This record gives sequence, C-alpha cells and structure tokens, in this order.
Amino acid sequence: MTARVALRAGIPLAVVPLLLLLAYGFRTDPRAIPTPLIGKPAAPFSLTTFAGEPVSLDGLRGRVVVLNFWASWCVPACYDEAPVLERGWRAWRDRGVTLVGVNIQDTEDAARQFLARFDHTFPNAPDLGGRVSVDYGVYGVPETFFIDRAGRVRAKHVGAVTDQVFERHVRALAEEPS
Amino acid sequence: MIPELGYAITATALLMAVWGAGAAAGSVRAGRPALLLSAERAAVGAWLGLTLAMLLLVYAFLTFDFSVRYVALNTNRGTPFYYRITALWGALEGSIVLWAWMLALYTLIAVRRYRRRQPELYPWVLAVLLGVLAFFLLVMTVPAPPFERLHPVPADGRGLNPLLEDSGMITHPVALYLGFTGFTVPFAFAMAALVTGRTGEEWIAITRRWTIVAWYFLSLGLLIGGWWSYHVLGWGGYWAWDPVENAAFMPWLTGTAFLHSVMIQERRRILRLWNLTLVILTFGLTLFGTFLTRSGIIGSVHAFTQGAIGHFFLGFLALVLLGAFSLLAWRVDRLRAQGELDSLLSRESMFLLNNLFLVAATFTVFFGTVFPLLSEAVRGVKVSVGAPYFNLVNIPVFLGLLLLMGVGPLIAWRRASWDNLRRNFVIPVAAGGGAALLARALGLGNLLVLTCLALVVFVAGAMTLDYVRAVGARRRSGDGWGAATWGLLRRQNRRYGGFVVHLGVLVIALGVAGSQAWSVQTETTVKRGEHVELAGYRVRFERLTASEESNHAKVTGVFTVANGNMRPATLLPAKKFYPQEQSPIAYVDYRLGLIEDVYLVLGDFARDGSHATIRLQVNRLVSWLWIGGLVLTLGTVLAILPDRRRPA
Repeated sequence: MTARVALRAGIPLAVVPLLLLLAYGFRTDPRAIPTPLIGKPAAPFSLTTFAGEPVSLDGLRGRVVVLNFWASWCVPACYDEAPVLERGWRAWRDRGVTLVGVNIQDTEDAARQFLARFDHTFPNAPDLGGRVSVDYGVYGVPETFFIDRAGRVRAKHVGAVTDQVFERHVRALAEEPS
Repeated sequence: MIPELGYAITATALLMAVWGAGAAAGSVRAGRPALLLSAERAAVGAWLGLTLAMLLLVYAFLTFDFSVRYVALNTNRGTPFYYRITALWGALEGSIVLWAWMLALYTLIAVRRYRRRQPELYPWVLAVLLGVLAFFLLVMTVPAPPFERLHPVPADGRGLNPLLEDSGMITHPVALYLGFTGFTVPFAFAMAALVTGRTGEEWIAITRRWTIVAWYFLSLGLLIGGWWSYHVLGWGGYWAWDPVENAAFMPWLTGTAFLHSVMIQERRRILRLWNLTLVILTFGLTLFGTFLTRSGIIGSVHAFTQGAIGHFFLGFLALVLLGAFSLLAWRVDRLRAQGELDSLLSRESMFLLNNLFLVAATFTVFFGTVFPLLSEAVRGVKVSVGAPYFNLVNIPVFLGLLLLMGVGPLIAWRRASWDNLRRNFVIPVAAGGGAALLARALGLGNLLVLTCLALVVFVAGAMTLDYVRAVGARRRSGDGWGAATWGLLRRQNRRYGGFVVHLGVLVIALGVAGSQAWSVQTETTVKRGEHVELAGYRVRFERLTASEESNHAKVTGVFTVANGNMRPATLLPAKKFYPQEQSPIAYVDYRLGLIEDVYLVLGDFARDGSHATIRLQVNRLVSWLWIGGLVLTLGTVLAILPDRRRPA
C-alpha cells in the first residue's frame, strides 16, 4: 500500500525540482549587466550637438560628466527621466557638473522633436555611426554613465534616472577634490 | 481610443474563456446540457474577440498609431506595408495574440467535430482547451498587454527588428505556432481521458490526425526557421543549437516519439501510461519553450523586454505539470498494460527503441539548454553550452534513429522470424553497405557521411522493396503500375504517407550530413576589378553602390560570379544601415543549386569602393533540406487523408 502511495505522490512530485530550478532563474537579475568600465578611464568622444556646437570629453576635463544615452522612441523610460536630467543640469551646472545627452539609434527629426518637447538646455548630440555607444558598451536605452573629474567612469545606471539616483551619484563625485 | 478598445475586447474574451472552461467542466457534474451550450458560445465569443483584437492591432500598425506602445516599438514610418502587418507577431506581446488566436481557432474546430461524436470526452476537452486559452488571454491582459497605451505619444516609432524584414518571418511563426498550439488538442483529449477514466485507445484514435498536423506544422516551422537563419543571418548555417531553436526542437522530439508510440498502443494495447506521459511532456515543452524564449532567464543580453511574463508562464507550467501528472497518478491502476512485449526482435521493440532514442535526445537538448542555469545555481558560474556538446551527443542518436526508420516499419509484430528478417532486410542491408563501399571507392572519405549514406540507402531500399512487393501483389489482380500505386496509396494511406514522410527525413539527413562535411568558405579582402576563387567559382568585385530605402540606407556590392559550366551571374550582397540599430545588418546574396549554393556576404568596405572584405561560401546539399520539407508535406497530406479502408 505504501508503495502505491509513494508512486502516486512520486509521479507529480518528480517535476518539482525542475520547477524550482526554473524559478531560480528569476533570482538572477537580468538588469544587472556588469560593465568592466567602472574605475577605468572613460573612452574619449567628440561630437557635434544638435545646436551645431562641438562637445568632447577632453574639453570637459576637470568637470564631473553625466553621459546619458537616449532615443526618442524609448517610451516611457527616456520620457520619465528627461525632466529629471534637465532639473539636475540646472541645479548642478554651476557646481562643476556637465550633462551630455547622446542620441542613439534614432532619426534626426524625431530626436529634435523630443528635445523641443522637454526644452532641454544641456548639450545633446547625435551619435552618428553609433561609435560612442559601442565604446561605452551600451545595451539599450536609457543608460547613464557618471564620469569623475579625472575622466574615469565611476558608475553606470541602467533604466530611467530618478532625482535620487542623480543626486546620489553627482553629489559624491562633485564633492571629491579634483 | 484603440488601446482602451483593445483592452476591453481582450478582457471580455478572457472572461468568456474562463466562464466557458468552468461551464464545460460543470456541465458534466450538474448534468445540464445548457451549460455546455453556453461554454460553446463562450468559445465562439473568445475567438471572435481575438479576431477583432488582431484586426484592431493590424489597423493600428497600418495607421501608425503610436499611442499603442507595441506599435511604436515595432514599426516606424518607413516600415514597408507588408512588414507592418507581420510586425503583428514581430515581438513578444503580438506573438501571444497570434498564439491565442490559433488556439481559439483549434478550439472551434474541436467544437465542430466532436460535440456530437464524443459526448463523454468532449466537455472535458472543451474545458481544457478553454482553460489553456484563458491563460494566454490572461497573459495578454496583465503581464504582456499588446494594447498598452503609450504616453506621451512619440513622433515616430522605433521600427521593426530589421532581421524580421524577410518573407521567412511571415511564414515561420505562423507554422511554428500552428504546431505548438496544435499539440494542445491531443493534450486536452488525454486529460479528458484521465478525468473520465476512459483511458483506453479511444482518445488516441481521435487525436491521430491532430497529432500529425501539429507535428507537421512544427516540422515546417523548424525548417522555415532554418531557411530564415540560412539566408538572413549571413553565417551560412541553418541550425546553431541556440536556446530558442532548442525550445522548438524539444516538443518536436517528444511529439515524434508520441506519433510512433501511439501506433503500438493502438495495435497492442500497451504503453498507455507512456503515451499519456509523452503527450503531457510535449505540451509541457511547448509551454517551456515559450517560457524560455520570453522570460529572459537564459542567454539574454537584452534587459528591457522583461516583465512579469516569466512568472506567469512558470506558474502555468507548474499548474499543468503538477495537475496532469497528479491525474495520471490517480488513474495509474487503469493504465496497466493489457499485453506485453513478446520479443526484442519485433516491431514493438523497435518502436520502443525509437522512443528511447527520441527521449534521450530530448533530455540531452534539455540538459544542454538549462545547463547554464544549473551551473549558476550550483557553482555560481555562468557558462554556456555550445554546438560541440549537442552535436557530440545527438549525432549517434540520430544515426540510430535512421537505422530504426528502416527496420521498424518492416519487421514483424510480436516476434520476427528469421524468414521475415531475411525476406525484408537482406537486400536493403546489401544495398546500404554496397553504396557506402562504392562511395568510399569513389574517394569519399568522411566517415559520418559514409555512415549516413549507408543508412539512408538501407532505409530507402527497405521501403522500396516493400512498395515493389505490394504493388506487385496488386498487379497480379490485373492493375497497371499506375493504378496499382494509386490504389495502394489510397487504401494504405497511413502506412505509405508515413513512408513518404520518412523519405523526406532521409533527404534532409543527407542534406545535413553533406552540408556539414563538404561546405567550404573563404574570407578575404578584394580590390575592385579583382577576383576571388573558391571551389571552381570566380567571384569578381565590380563596384559598390549606395541607395536610400524607405527605412534604411543600403550599400550594395556588385559582384559577378562564374564557373566553367554556368552563365555568369551577378550577386548583390549588401549592408543595411538602420537608424535604430547600432550595427549594420548584412544582406546576403546567393545562388541556390541542387548540389551547391554560392553564398556571398559583404563585410567591411572602403568608402570609396576601392576594396571590400567578403565571405564567400560554397555550401553543399543545403537545398536538400528544403526539398525534404516538400516531401514531408506530401507525405503528411497522404497520411491524413480520410481512411478508405472502412466505409465512412
């Protein structure tokens, strides 16, 4: 009798370990994409903004640089973070912090409409040929890199930046002696 | 407007499916036929709702309604007309819509066919089908809504994944999903058989055609997927043991096993438990495949397409497996075999062996696919398992299956006599061995190809022998060859349909072996006006041209290709630059042939067109895969023709 009970319970229970293994798969956070760039010198770039002005990493040496990769079709994340970035730029621009927006995987018209919608005043440039995003190993949009005064990548944020995230990273880097 | 309307339709369809599933199951207990009728109406309603939802989504795509998130992500103003329609199933949310719609369609067919003919099983079949449909509608409502509103509305969409702008992507998902969803019907009948205790051969006889059709579409889906991979991805191969491919291959393997083992049960009334297990596994693996490819737990680099959908699928998979196997355990006493295996040398044993091989293949593919997860769970190390593992363990298994394909259909039931063996196998074995020796003498050295060739000739020989004898018997009663063949195919369509399908598999096997062994390639940089030679082909680089397409810029290389016995042809491989993609997409050009394909990929190039890097491949016997697919189709049609032996 016990053998039969064991059989009856055993058949369905045999799938439990498999289900547990699959459930374990959720524990690994697919958003936690490791970047080997942390602590390394940031890849130099030199771009021309939508307004036609040059912007380069070398030209910003000595300032904290927040490098934000975005696209106009990236809804809602890029739309959520756009006002955050503009606020952050206005709050910190006089305290040695520069924001640079890099528009990737996009068309120029749609990108300009995006900038007009949010009234962005910080430099924003198209990444023609996608060179800068390849150098920084960008997987998708939005991704934001925080670069210290010495030109090293110190942090990377995947997904929309919030006021707290911006404040935390920027404050830490801005208060470091140059 | 469209998002809200779509939401409302989806939610209504969900309610109908839930109600229908409950009403169908409840109608049995309550003994109220009115409830069953209501469940049928709910099934029709759910199908209508899904049809409407699909049309609405197509409309949103055609009118560039970017207030629908799914539309904005998978199309832009440059997307060509046809791909705006196929963009419907170009990503996760839409693929679920297509899946659910097909399942609803199958459910309607089941209602039409079985409402009168199978009064005992039918209510439960309907309940299971609608229950599964309800799950997919739930996915469409909560974790992956295709009608999610996008706010703010962007000026233009991101655009379809450029790799999906191809005719193969129009047919591949349709075929694959018809296969996946098709297995729900045999599963539903199996569950109905368990619930009602009618665990005999009835459900198997009813679902035979369903299983064949589902199996066929799955095979077709896999082949079209291979074709897409071959002519779009530009690496010159058609199968890479990628988790997504494996996800579709595993239910194919168990489905194939099921297709064979049911014949044993029909004839000998054994393997009842086994067949139920196989159909549960097959259905479970279709869900697992969907889970694997949409949850992002394995092999995912893209972190932005995930949500709660994986949890939903895992939960449903757990429900299905635990529920189905509990039912099985509950009925285990009724599933005792009524016959037994008489001898190892019998058709039953050969079919069992075939099942063993197929299940072993399933297990190795499964193991290889989830190994990265296992490794991370146990050792904390992420690893991936590549093609060498899969090839190493699967090639012997598939060779074994080829051998059985020759033996199985011709060996006697119960116990084969020496006479039976001699009569059926001496000539084919000699033919197979002879073919291999001949090929060896002609200079063919590859052991794998030789083995494969010997087996293919053996199987083809065994089938030919059987056919010649059967036609001969009919000819003695006065028919000509044509009439005798026709009569045989019509009267024994199951058997000879199976033979033709096997023939298709043989052609594919030769294609796989030949292309693995004999394809050659070279990668080189060539100056304008100069040429590259490979395997007798001279490929000359003429010039580069640039053009602006509706949604991308394109740089095309103009090459002329010639060899001794063909007219010079022009090949135009290109690189396509899509604004939404970081790296350019290769556009392959090729010239297909029965024996070999010339296959040209454009790599880097100088902007002034002075030189270009190309990969030139001469791929042998790849076309046999597609020809085999055609033969497979013919065989399937023959196998599912209405039975002529018994008067209807």
